[in-house]
Amino acid sequence: MATEFHNLQELRQSASLANKVFIQRDYSEGTTCKFQTKFPSELETRIERSLFEDTVKTLNNYYAEAEKIGGQSYLEGCLACATAYLIFLCIETRYEKVLKKIAKYIQEQNEKIYAPRGLLITDPIERGMRVVEISIYEDRGSSGSSSSSSSVSGSTTR
Amino acid sequence: MSAVMIAKKVRKWEKLPGKNTFCCDGRVMMARQKGVFYLTLFLIVGTCSLFFAFECPYLAVHLSPAIPVFAAVLFLFVMAMLLRTSFSDPGVLPRALPDEATFIEMEIEAANGNVPAGQRAPPRIRNVQINNQIVKLKYCYTCKIFRPPRASHCSICDNCVDRFDHHCPWVGNCVGKRNYRYFYMFTLSLSLLTVYIFTFNIVHVAMRSVVSGFLNTLKDTPGTVIELLVCFFTLWSVVGLTGFHTYLISLNQTTNEDIKGSWSGKNRLQNPYSHKNIIKNCCEVLCGPTFPSVLDRRGVMQDEAPAPTSTNDAAPQTTKTTAPLIPNEHAPDEAKAGAGSAEEKNHSPKEELPPTAKLPPLASPETDAEPSIAKDKPH
Repeated sequence: MATEFHNLQELRQSASLANKVFIQRDYSEGTTCKFQTKFPSELETRIERSLFEDTVKTLNNYYAEAEKIGGQSYLEGCLACATAYLIFLCIETRYEKVLKKIAKYIQEQNEKIYAPRGLLITDPIERGMRVVEISIYEDRGSSGSSSSSSSVSGSTTR
Repeated sequence: MSAVMIAKKVRKWEKLPGKNTFCCDGRVMMARQKGVFYLTLFLIVGTCSLFFAFECPYLAVHLSPAIPVFAAVLFLFVMAMLLRTSFSDPGVLPRALPDEATFIEMEIEAANGNVPAGQRAPPRIRNVQINNQIVKLKYCYTCKIFRPPRASHCSICDNCVDRFDHHCPWVGNCVGKRNYRYFYMFTLSLSLLTVYIFTFNIVHVAMRSVVSGFLNTLKDTPGTVIELLVCFFTLWSVVGLTGFHTYLISLNQTTNEDIKGSWSGKNRLQNPYSHKNIIKNCCEVLCGPTFPSVLDRRGVMQDEAPAPTSTNDAAPQTTKTTAPLIPNEHAPDEAKAGAGSAEEKNHSPKEELPPTAKLPPLASPETDAEPSIAKDKPH
């Protein structure tokens, strides 16, 4: 995931970074991962409120799906315990699968919606799941900002 | 213009701040002091070896061959849990990068308004409402973040850990969100193993004494005496610890919260994380989702020269500039003051870090005194 960030970033060297906005976590429902949908004032001129809110709500839904405590998570937990958690050396946990989906979604959103508006979303996992970092770039006329073709890279090994 | 080609890849774990040691190229993460962990390993492996050497041959023949088999399975499970607890990331929260730190500082300044000269700035606390309960989030001066609920800063490892339980010297690591269930399974299985070995030691001594007499038995199998001693003392501590953690799990509390009396009912403070149902609490803690590590240890550091127009671009290598700490920044951290857990105090004094880089002016040391005042008030 770090590689893909830098590919987009390198293409953005032609535009200059003006500011960064950090969307904080929403702890109203406990420690589950959820981000605030409050629209930051710095983005008012750059993107429509509804698009932003849709992005954050979809991210929140993905995280809720990853952290859902139900039949599947119990099964995963019990099976893993029975194998002394060695099974995680072979298979991917549900959370990791959802994280991949999130990475793909963020990249898609960046390409389709945010990059054309001179914005870039950083995957929260790269910031310790504390914030959604949105970088705001200054328009530099015709160059750079729409040429954000990026390669999809595999996930970094952790 | 491009950076010099580095022959060796530098992985991110080599540049991580905090006092952890890493092995196997970043795959293994432990605290710095590992002496007690080696003792734990020695005791478990040593006692089990004696059991397999002295008791098992006799019991396999005279009672059942299933006895050593089950002991072996239990021993392997205990070792797997111990290593998993010790080697994994407990849930360390990475420190804020300079942009994020500055953003938070600006928010704090905006919230506090103008502080008249000569007056102390108010303590850095954010209130959030969780399940109709006001929870205070404290600012960590070392990591430059507002700690999420239930997170705490471990002074031994010098990291903020999510759902911080305690720092366990026996496993040589912090116990937090990611490895709590392994820790619990370790103490539970170790209790079972201790009880198992203790019981079969007594059975073995009893059976042999009938045939050859008590003193002769002890002379024939000297290992038994050592095992009995080790098991006897282990039983009290480990079984007690397992019981304590079972109690905590059923209430969905951490050791840290229990020691600080966060949800003791004073001031009508109730645990907002508890489902008020023992089974649900146990299921959440033990069978909940397995959280990924947010600390990228094995990623490769990008060593690009920053572009002249953008100063804060290449994020990863700036981690290092936030790492050097001003020594007095340790002072307000939660774990150091009296409110911290007892385990964290039983260690060799922390090394003072040499002040190297200048911190941004807003994170000034004179505001350090505030959190210690706020913190001393009971939760």
